[in-house]
Parts: sequence; C-alpha cells; structure tokens
Amino acid sequence: MPAPIRLRELIRTIRTARTQAEEREMIQKECAAIRSSFREEDNTYRCRNVAKLLYMHMLGYPAHFGQLECLKLIASQKFTDKRIGYLGAMLLLDERQDVHLLMTNCIKNDLNHSTQYVQGLSLCTLGCMGSSEMCRDLAGEVEKLLKTSNSYLRKKAALCAVHVIRKVPELMEMFLPATKNLLSEKNHGVLHTSVVLLTEMCERSPDMLSHFRKLVPQLVRILKNLIMSGYSPEHDVSGISDPFLQVRILRLLRILGKGDDDSSEAMNDILAQVATNTETSKNVGNAILYETVLTIMDIKSESGLRVLAINILGRFLLNNDKNIRYVALTSLLKTVQTDHNAVQRHRSTIVDCLKDLDVSIKRRAMELSFALVNGNNIRGMMKELLYFLDSCDPDFKADCASGIFLAAEKYAPSKRWHIDTIMRVLTTAGSYVRDDSVPNLIQLITNSVEMHAYTVQRLYKALLDDISQQPLVQVASWCIGEYGDLLVSGQCEEEEPIQVSEDEVLDVLEGLLVSNLSTPVTRAYSLTAIMKLSTRFSSVNRIKKVVSIYGSSIDVELQQRAVEYNALFKKYDHMRPALLERMPIMEKTASNGPTDIVQTNGETDSTILDTKHLPNITQPASQANDLLDLLGGNDVVPVIQTTVPTKPASAGGELLDLLGDLSLTGGPTPTPAPSVPMSQPSFLLDGLTSQPLFNDIAAVIPPMTAYNKNGLKIEFTFERSNPNPNIAVITIHATNSSEADMTEFVFQAAVPKTFQLQLLSPSSNVVPALNQGSVTQVIRVLNPQKQQLRMRIKLTYTHKGSPVQDLAEVNNFPPQSWQ
Amino acid sequence: MQFMLLFSRQGKLRLQKWYVPLCDKEKKKITRELVQTVLARKPKMCSFLEWRDLKIVYKRYASLYFCCAIEDQDNELITLEIIHRYVELLDKYFGSVCELDIIFNFEKAYFILDEFLLGGEAQETSKKNVLKAIEQADLLQEPRHEVL
Repeated sequence: MPAPIRLRELIRTIRTARTQAEEREMIQKECAAIRSSFREEDNTYRCRNVAKLLYMHMLGYPAHFGQLECLKLIASQKFTDKRIGYLGAMLLLDERQDVHLLMTNCIKNDLNHSTQYVQGLSLCTLGCMGSSEMCRDLAGEVEKLLKTSNSYLRKKAALCAVHVIRKVPELMEMFLPATKNLLSEKNHGVLHTSVVLLTEMCERSPDMLSHFRKLVPQLVRILKNLIMSGYSPEHDVSGISDPFLQVRILRLLRILGKGDDDSSEAMNDILAQVATNTETSKNVGNAILYETVLTIMDIKSESGLRVLAINILGRFLLNNDKNIRYVALTSLLKTVQTDHNAVQRHRSTIVDCLKDLDVSIKRRAMELSFALVNGNNIRGMMKELLYFLDSCDPDFKADCASGIFLAAEKYAPSKRWHIDTIMRVLTTAGSYVRDDSVPNLIQLITNSVEMHAYTVQRLYKALLDDISQQPLVQVASWCIGEYGDLLVSGQCEEEEPIQVSEDEVLDVLEGLLVSNLSTPVTRAYSLTAIMKLSTRFSSVNRIKKVVSIYGSSIDVELQQRAVEYNALFKKYDHMRPALLERMPIMEKTASNGPTDIVQTNGETDSTILDTKHLPNITQPASQANDLLDLLGGNDVVPVIQTTVPTKPASAGGELLDLLGDLSLTGGPTPTPAPSVPMSQPSFLLDGLTSQPLFNDIAAVIPPMTAYNKNGLKIEFTFERSNPNPNIAVITIHATNSSEADMTEFVFQAAVPKTFQLQLLSPSSNVVPALNQGSVTQVIRVLNPQKQQLRMRIKLTYTHKGSPVQDLAEVNNFPPQSWQ
Repeated sequence: MQFMLLFSRQGKLRLQKWYVPLCDKEKKKITRELVQTVLARKPKMCSFLEWRDLKIVYKRYASLYFCCAIEDQDNELITLEIIHRYVELLDKYFGSVCELDIIFNFEKAYFILDEFLLGGEAQETSKKNVLKAIEQADLLQEPRHEVL
C-alpha cells in the first residue's frame, strides 16, 4: 500500500478543481482511500489521514467516520498524534454523541502527563467542548491543577474550571479553596484567567459574590500598578499595559461594586484615575474607557463620577471611529433612563448620528432620540425625526413612525402641529404605519373639534396626490365621510380653503372603491364614507346608485354593508339623518377590552356599523352657555343634556338590533322644552350601565343628600362604571314632601373644567306630592384626574301654579365617589 | 466568546472555532448566514452588528474576514483587540502571514489559537509567552513534512 498522499498535496490538488463537481469527485476519491486506510488500522499514517479529513470537513464534506480515529490518535504516545487527535476531537465530536465519552479516560491520563504541553492539550480540549458528564468525572483533576505552581498549567486550569462551572454549576463550591491566592500571582496569564474565574463565580452565586467582595482592595491595587507602572514590553499594547487584564478587572469590579456602597467607594478613586488618564488616541484605550464607563454607571458611584462617565460617552460620539460612536450610543441608551439630564446635553450630537451611513448607528441614534424627546425640544426633535423618516431604510420606517406618533401624542405643543405631524408621517411613510394607528388617529382627529375643516382639507389634498398608502387612505376616507360638508363649504380657517364640489369628492371616494390599490378594508371605509355623505351632501341619488351597485359585490363585507345602506335608503329613510350624524368626542381610555366598544364606534371593526344615534355637537353647547350665564361661574364646563328619542319597535336586521339596545333608559318622551335638547349621546354601553346593574358596588359608596329645601329633596346614589374606573355614575332621586305636585321638573348640573358630565333622561317631569313617588335621573361624571367632585345644580319646577327656581352647590360628595 | 470564524472574500471558510455545543447542521446554517451578512456589509460600516441575540465583531485583514460572536456583557472594543492580537501572533509565527499560509497550515492556525484562547477567553496576554509555548510544543513534534 503506497503512502497516502500528503496533506499539502491534497490541498493543492483540491484547489485546482475548477467546478464544484470536480472538487466533489476528488474529495470522494480521497475519502475512499482514507476509509480503507482506517480499516487497515494503519498507525503510521493515521495522523496524516485525519488531518486531511479535517481539511475536507472544513470545506463542508462529511467526516464522521473519522471520529473514532481521533480517539485512537489521542490515545497514542506520539505528541504529533495527540495534537491532531485532540484537534479532530474538538472539530468532529460533539457531546450529543456517546462517542465523545470515550475520550474521558484519555483526557484523565493526559491531565497527569509528565509533559506540560500534553497536559495543556487535554485541558484545552476539556475546557472547549467537555460535556457535563466529562466535567463531572474530571473536575477533581482540574481542581488539582488549579493549585499547581506551574503558571502555564494554572492559567489553563482556571479557564477549564470556568467551563466546568458553566456546564455543572453545582461543582462551583469545589473550586473555592483553590481561588484563595490566585490574585497574588505575578504572572499575567494566571491573573487574567483567575479574574475570569472569579467573575464567573460571582455572576452565578450571590454567596460567592459577598465572599469575594473582600478582594476589591486587592483588585484596585493590581489595576493601579498596571496604570502606574512603567513600560512593560511583554504586555504593552500601544503604550497601555495589559489592556485585556485591565478590562477584565474593571468588569469584575463592576459586579462586586453593584449595589454595595462600601465596595463602590473603595473603587471610586481608581475609576476616576482610569477615566482621566487613559490614552484615547487608539482603540485599545477607548476599550478600557468603555469598560470603565459601564462600571461607573452600574455601581453606586458619586454624581461627579457619573457626569465624568457621560462626558466620556459624549466625547466618544464625536470620535471619527465609527465603532466608538456605536459603542457610545449603545451605552447612552442604557443610561438615558437614570441620567436623563446628563444625556440631554449631548442631544444635538446624537441627532447628528441619525445621518450616519451605518445602519446600526442610525438605529441606535433613533432609539436614543425618541428617549430624549420632551416637552421642551419636541418641535426641533420632530423636525429631525421626520427628516429621518423620509430618508431611512424601510426596516426603520415602521418603528420610526410609531415612535413619532407616541412622541407627538405625549408632547404636542398644539393640535394643529399634531395633525400636521401625523399628516407628514402618513404621506411619507404611510404604508409602513402600524395597523392600530388608524383608529388612534381617527380618535385624535375627532377630538380636535376646531381642526376638523383643516384636517379634512389636508387629507383630501393628500388623496388627490396618492392613493396607494392604505392607512392614509383609510383615515382620509373616514374624515371625508364625517366632515365632507366642511370640505365642500370651504370653511377652513387655518389655510386657504380649496374649492371643491360634491361631485369631485364623490369622484375621489368612488375612485378608491374601484382602485386596484385599495385593500378590502379601505373599500369598506370608502363605502361607509360615501353613505355618510348622503346626509351631508345634496347629491343623494348618485350615492344611492353607488350603494346599490355594491349590493352585489363579490366581497361579502362590502355586499353586506351596501345591502344595509340600501335598506336605510328604502325602508328606514326616516332614521337615516339621525344615524349618520356626527361622531361625538370620544373618551380616551388606556385599556383595551370592553371600553373599546365604547370608543371605536366601528372604525376598525368592520362588523359594527359605524353610525350611531348622535347629537350634533353645536346644539348642547348653546344650552350650556345658558347654564353658564345662570350659574355665573367660569370654571364650569358645559353639560351635554340628553334624552332618549322615541324609537320604532322593530326587529330584524343587525342594524336595528343595535339601536334596539338603546331604548333601555326608557321613559316617556320628555316635553320639548327649549332648555332640554332632544338628543342622546351615547355609547352602546351607556344604555346598559345606566341600569342599576352595579347595585353591589353602590352599596360600597354611601348615598348622600344633595339638596333639601321647600319640600324638595334630592338624593344621590352612586355606582362605579365597571369598564372605566374614572367614571362615576350617580342616580338622583327627587322626592317631594309638600302637598302639591311639582310639575315640569328639570334638573340641571354643572361641574368644574377637569370633569365631564352627561345627564341622561329623567324618569319623568313630575315629582308627586307627599313622597308618593320619585323622579330619577342618571348622571355620568368622567373624572380622569381624580379630583374632588363638586357640582352646581339648578332646579326648576312649577309648584302650586308658580314657577320655582333654585341654585345650589353640592360639595359633600363622599370621597369614594371620586377617588 | 461563542465562536470565531475566518473566511475569505468569496465566502470560503478557513477556520472555525466553536465554544458552544451545536450540531453540525446548526453550525453550517449559522456559518452560511453569518458569512452572507458580513460579506454584504459595505467597507465604511462599523465593525459591530446585532445578529440573532448575539453581538458580532468582525474585521477584515487583507483577504480574510475574522468574525467573532460575543455575548451581551462582553466588550466589543476589546474583542477587536483580541482579533488583532491573534493576527499578530499568526504574523509573527509565519512571518508576514497571508491567507495561503492559513490554508496550507490550518492545523497550526488552530494550535496558535488554542494557546491564546481557551473556552472563548484569553488565557495568555503576553505575545511572547504564547509564541514561546508554540515553539516549545513544535519541538516535541516530528518534522511536519514527514508526518503530514
């Protein structure tokens, strides 16, 4: 049998292959030769064959048939064999296969070998890939070697011990005695690996951590020597003495000083010294400064030191080296919560990093910028962030858009600015905006009453330019549906109103319906918007036509809506105006869940019809003004008085079931007195909550007498609105102890500005004499700031033929009603 | 450190050192993905990137990329120094090292690495000591051209 070809030869040959197929052929041929050689149990060339196998393995070819051969090499007495054998073991064997356990005995023997380089090989292999079983078996040997005076072996044993502890944490205790004088070594290798070992132990066990705290002075001393000592050629890197050891010591100090005042104080000086004296011209110096900053920020350092650390990071930000800037941004991100003001000082530099070419730096800068936005810098920051949104990669756009929305919501200096900002995001990154932004934006727009005309105009103009970005299109259609009348009448105050006709608006909306770019959800939005315009525009016939066309749409959702809207035009035309009225201001609640039904009014949920029986906002306002005049105060907020309109008793059709629910607050139609507007505010849930469903809670809050004069007594009883703890539901009970009835009884109330109040319809207008009955009425008070509840009430009624009027303040609310 | 990879500009692997237990298939997948990611980076970009839940530190020396995966608490800048130290060791050993040296003497590259790092951590911070140990160990071997 001729000698197998040499490794060098093989490598050369394989490299001449011009195609993958050619290479594969060579490899297969050689593997076959190697396999037969292995079968012959050839000792002489085993080493060569395994080496070749390892080369082929690196190229990506299977080499598992060489595993046992590696074990044989390890068992050989020749150093060359052992070297290749252990290398092969590290490359080919893995702990999932039982084969690796066969190594254990060999390693054990070699750990006690007479030649330190053999011992080194086995320590290295064990420390690199030893399985838990192997570690358990051999931990004792490692521990022995940890105590040897041979520094070559000691340093390897220390790192091997680290691996053992990682694999079998219970064995940590056993290494404790050996750690006793590890730090008194002079040899840097041993020092470095010992610090790594101590770090591993402290990270894993709080007991070890407290035990090793006493080493802080010693560590400080070692670090000091490294800095103060003169040039040491052996450990020098660009003028710094053993930076690797310095960094490891700083890291251990970080762990030891965290949460401990004494240790932190003991290391204060050395940290300041390292921070100020380290050369910053090369990467190595900055590596040490970086570690120092991390340590300073994590331990209980004094504020001067912390400021020093942040300033180092600030300087890093200005460094030409990208890597340094990256590292600075990462660290600042970690500290921005705790040292916010210090980081704010570097805001402009951070914002400049948004323009960096490197993707990782840009991302970090973006995250940090959002963390730094506050009420003072919002305008400037937003300008930069919007510019960034324009030019950044698509991966960033979603996160950036969300961040901008959040920041705008928190710190918007004005409603107009807020709406402009949203418009800008929708038009530049509209397709990347998250789905839940659409309902949030709609709510925001609804609540900015004075901006409706401006908003709808801007959105309309945006639609004319581009209908591809779905979130923009959805918000725009919704707004046009709601405020189309403002658009056509050219009422905009904020900017030059545009001239647009009803037909043009309908053209745009119909365009959305037929466009390929529109998703099904968008189509649903536009159909509903068109429908709403039937009460706002005069071209009803055109709308009727569109709606009837979609009654046979393939899209089930669209078809259903169209059919229902058709029904509105035909059988239920008398309800149409009321149904399609303006949306009210929505309450913003933090939670999701039942309250969502209250708020969403069906914008996102396509199954709920997004029309309600709603008041025209302007109407109650005029009543409220009367109230203000009468009550005289400026700090009261207008009250929206409400009553339930008569509804036809009807069944069938989802549309009408929804409305059917609303008649719960029942009672006869109130007389159309001018001071009592005929409209109902609410939200589906209102109908339900105004029932005494929460009687159990009512028991918790004691009732109170609000007014008691001239025979008229008004008692308040309380319930908590379950879905929203900020809403208190008060039921008034008016009783009359005099001999004559009180007719045309009207109860009105006003609350301070921070509250919002809704009055539902009274049970009747007559308070019977001699306590024969009572009038009840439900008040809902929204108290988001949890302030003390106060109320002014006004009572008017006719008694014994003459009108009576009275005002009163109610201040004796029990604390539970508003806390 | 979890692993170190050396690969050429064409994506050919020249050295792989794994300090975490993974099966061959996993290693191949990680190698393939990471090599692709790093090779796609433009020259002006920084040496660090986030990949899966690891931090990747890489540096190019001539035609070879040196790529390390470190954990969250490890210092990226000092890892660059570790890479640099390894290159210096190779350079001293081979005398102006180039990619071919590492291709034809890959087992030596491993031996040098194993004298410098153990279990993913530096075991010796003195260049002199690492080279001395390699030298001494080489003396215990039979001449390479005879054996391999």
